[in-house]
Amino acid sequence: MSELPTSDDAVEVDATGLSCPMPVIELAKAIDKVAVGRSVRLLATDPAAKVDVPVWCRMQRQELRAQEERDRVWHFEVRRVH
Amino acid sequence: MSERVYLDHASAWPLRPEARQAWTDAAALVWADPTRSHREGRTARDLLDRATVTTAAALGADEGSLVWTSGGTEAVHLAVLGAARAAERRGEPRTHLVCSAVEHSSVLRACERLRDEHGYTLDVVGVDGAGLVDPDAVAALVGDRTLAVHVQHANHEVGAIQPTNEIAHVCRRVGALLHVDACQTVGQLGVTLEQLGADLLSASGAKFGGPAGTGLLAVGRRGRVHALLEGDERQRRRRSGALDVAGIAATAVALEVARANLQTERSARELVRRHLRRRLPEAVPDVQVHGPLADAHPGIVAVSALYVDGEALVSRLDEAGYALHSGSSCASTSGEPSHVLMAMGVLTHGHVRISIGPDLDVAGADAFVAAYAEVVERLRRSSGPRRS
Repeated sequence: MSELPTSDDAVEVDATGLSCPMPVIELAKAIDKVAVGRSVRLLATDPAAKVDVPVWCRMQRQELRAQEERDRVWHFEVRRVH
Repeated sequence: MSERVYLDHASAWPLRPEARQAWTDAAALVWADPTRSHREGRTARDLLDRATVTTAAALGADEGSLVWTSGGTEAVHLAVLGAARAAERRGEPRTHLVCSAVEHSSVLRACERLRDEHGYTLDVVGVDGAGLVDPDAVAALVGDRTLAVHVQHANHEVGAIQPTNEIAHVCRRVGALLHVDACQTVGQLGVTLEQLGADLLSASGAKFGGPAGTGLLAVGRRGRVHALLEGDERQRRRRSGALDVAGIAATAVALEVARANLQTERSARELVRRHLRRRLPEAVPDVQVHGPLADAHPGIVAVSALYVDGEALVSRLDEAGYALHSGSSCASTSGEPSHVLMAMGVLTHGHVRISIGPDLDVAGADAFVAAYAEVVERLRRSSGPRRS
């Protein structure tokens, strides 16, 4: 996974405490609302998110720019490509 | 719909009528301890011996090499822990184990127990996106300290068939044992010790149409296990305790019937399996079908749907007349996603395993696809993002 600096203008979505499939649903809703080229920063504690967010990006052809775990919270940055 | 469609054969195969008959016949005839020399004991012994001979022959094992257990879980534990006990008693300095990341949790737990409680080292080998183990990855891990490698024949969640023969060659080079968990395949694919290259082979009667509560471990010529349950001399000191002779007789009959029907059942299921794999993504957007297309278990189709809770999917399909299992943890108390899907790096939520029996035909499969599509659509409307 690339260690790109996260962009400051990303829209943050806090899905901590939500179990699957909610974090991915929240991500999809947020991506729908941002402009192409902009990013969504998703926070999730659901253990499935580690796998399901990258898979969602592949299935939906959106760009996963960063993924890391800090203090048991997963931080994802997803850029809207189309 | 009123008629139930059972799509959970990988959990428990419906009791075969011939096995049910054998079970009740045996239960009426046999109650005595088969190790006793009185006539009642000899009657039980005869029945037990017949079941053991036919089952061992079916697995390409010597008659004396079969150990009957209380099910697949105990067979697996005897393979993992019993092989370690046998090695320790021989003074063998082998304390390293390898298993795959997609093993059944009973195998994983048994290996972890040796690691956590008995000082063994354990390497868990990963899989690719189809759920397959790479024999070269196993070769890179094993050495002259390796006691055993534990790999399933077919994966219980996605149906991937592992290259056990190539792994067996790797094991032989370093003098390690290969235990193959064949619970998903005995009676469904032609399975012998030799075909799999296995030194130890575990199986479960409930998975091929026998009664629950009977499993077995076949021990090949290189295999050694020492009893976990001790207290008598039964089963060559590899498993003490009274045996359920009626259950064993029924299991042996179930295996005979399964093998007699193997080609017919296998090809019927394979046809429907491929049909489902093709139709599901055509009928429903944003789904992912898991596991390899070819060289897979004929009765397992695994599919995940984005934006859907797996448990909700199972209960709605149950209401629609379909019995199946979800590997998703969304609503379950464990909260842990399927370790199999995680290891494969595929979509873990909204997952169902469709494990088909020989009775489901293409028309029945199409009816299921329609029901599945409708349920997924309904669940997505209630919670998911609206996709234009």
